Amino acid sequence: MKTAEEIFEILKNELGEIILSIDKDTPTEPIISVEPLKIHIVSKFLRDNSELQFDSLMCLSGVDDANGKKVKDNEGYDVIEGGTLSVYYHLYSTVLKHKITLKVSAPREDAKVESVENVWKCADWHEREAYDMIGIKFLNHPDLRRILMPYDWEENSHPLRKDFKVPEFYQGMKIPY
Amino acid sequence: MALKTETMVLNMGPQHPSTHGVLRLELEIEGELIVNVKPHLGYLHRCFEKHAEAMQYNQVIPYTDRMDYLASMGNNFGYVLAVEKLLGIQVPERVEYIRVIMAELQRIASHCVALGTNGADIGALTPFLYLFRDREYILSIIEETCGARMLYNYMWVGGLSHDIHPNFVRRTKEFTSYFKNTIVELDNLLTYNKIFIERTANIGVLPAETAINYGATGPMLRGSGIKFDLRKDDTYSIYNRFDFDIPVGQGLQGTVGDSWDRYYVRVREMEQSLRIIEQAIDQIPEGDVHSAIPKRIKPPKGTVYSRVENPRGELGYFIISDGNTNPFRVKVRAPSFVNLEILGELCKGHLIADVIAILGSIDIVLGEVDR
Repeated sequence: MKTAEEIFEILKNELGEIILSIDKDTPTEPIISVEPLKIHIVSKFLRDNSELQFDSLMCLSGVDDANGKKVKDNEGYDVIEGGTLSVYYHLYSTVLKHKITLKVSAPREDAKVESVENVWKCADWHEREAYDMIGIKFLNHPDLRRILMPYDWEENSHPLRKDFKVPEFYQGMKIPY
Repeated sequence: MALKTETMVLNMGPQHPSTHGVLRLELEIEGELIVNVKPHLGYLHRCFEKHAEAMQYNQVIPYTDRMDYLASMGNNFGYVLAVEKLLGIQVPERVEYIRVIMAELQRIASHCVALGTNGADIGALTPFLYLFRDREYILSIIEETCGARMLYNYMWVGGLSHDIHPNFVRRTKEFTSYFKNTIVELDNLLTYNKIFIERTANIGVLPAETAINYGATGPMLRGSGIKFDLRKDDTYSIYNRFDFDIPVGQGLQGTVGDSWDRYYVRVREMEQSLRIIEQAIDQIPEGDVHSAIPKRIKPPKGTVYSRVENPRGELGYFIISDGNTNPFRVKVRAPSFVNLEILGELCKGHLIADVIAILGSIDIVLGEVDR
């Protein structure tokens, strides 16, 4: 069993630059930040390293950080410009019984994160959900489609974004009906 | 010249009686054999997570009821534990005991539905009716205390909505001694029924490594022979005070990790839940269930990931607080959502009729898959 600080040290020594920082200022568990386009290497290392053995991905959550600046669009609605979208990975080792939380942040306008689908299979649907709800694109994902919303939902419309605007019509039907 | 063969696509659902809700499966078949299964979700999607962002922390609890509506107590439990962790609240002993008893009663009720429908799907209708009768017994006990049969809103942050009804202890004790007979009856009727074994043993075998890689939890994972239960391995509330075993699949009728093993693990789990209830029911201390409920819930900035062992597996709540009275983000890691992902892998090479047996043994609740 290792603490988050020890795991951070191991990662920093082995992988260097791509591990950004550790945030210990949280009430529960510390969070390790990683480069969004290098998350695959980090995940593979965490899974395969004999000291760490993170064989299970508990949860993968997409989050709209809403840390950009609020502006009005032409129709007078509030939209957020700039800032980041994040993905949180909660990992657990069923062998060594330790946990860790990883976080990647990508720019809101063009959020691209590497997929970890071939490291942990269960990331497949979680990533599809994060894409569907927040609009984060997962590179190298084999089947990145919407999962909970209808397949023909307006492209670029992602309900869990903080500036989501409910469309007036869906397939000719009025919303809210 | 070889005969030209091609696969056919068959649509199952969304209104198919054995898909346990509105799940659509696109089966690619070659004759009777499954080549590929593509699940299509979202028919029950109501974006619980978006609702939660517009609610205060305590207003979210009724919404959690409606996710896994067969195990609402477990959903409440997970959510309030997560918020309490964020707030750093310690709840009174009495509350802890009542919560554990309620969660275990709910686990039995939920497994009753799981086992009953698993049997009913493949033709055994009698045990289904018996189990629903006994589930109703549990629901009436719970109803007496909190006023609702299924959607309770019973566990609150820091406490409970009501103290237990004066009859609760007596009726729960009556139930635990009564229900043991039902399990014997169930074993005779279904568990060791030759037809049932033929339909489920060696069907949909899930190897342990695949199960972990796919994130399977609960009876799904334990059916594959892995002794992993959050109540023991990542203990929460007061589960470490009770003495109970974790049943695992042993391949008694076929291979480890087949549909029968998953079924069997659930039956044995009900016995263990009875054990926990019997230990806890005599120890409920006196106290006030409202004393630790905060007047206003305003957690500090930060994140929390908290998980509990629900009847269907690991239910996780990831909550981000930005220091307001509303959660900034609530993400639910629903056990059915993750467990359902393996369906395609399990069905490959089996017959169409086996899809029903496998789906029944996964035990999904679509309210939770689609949230």
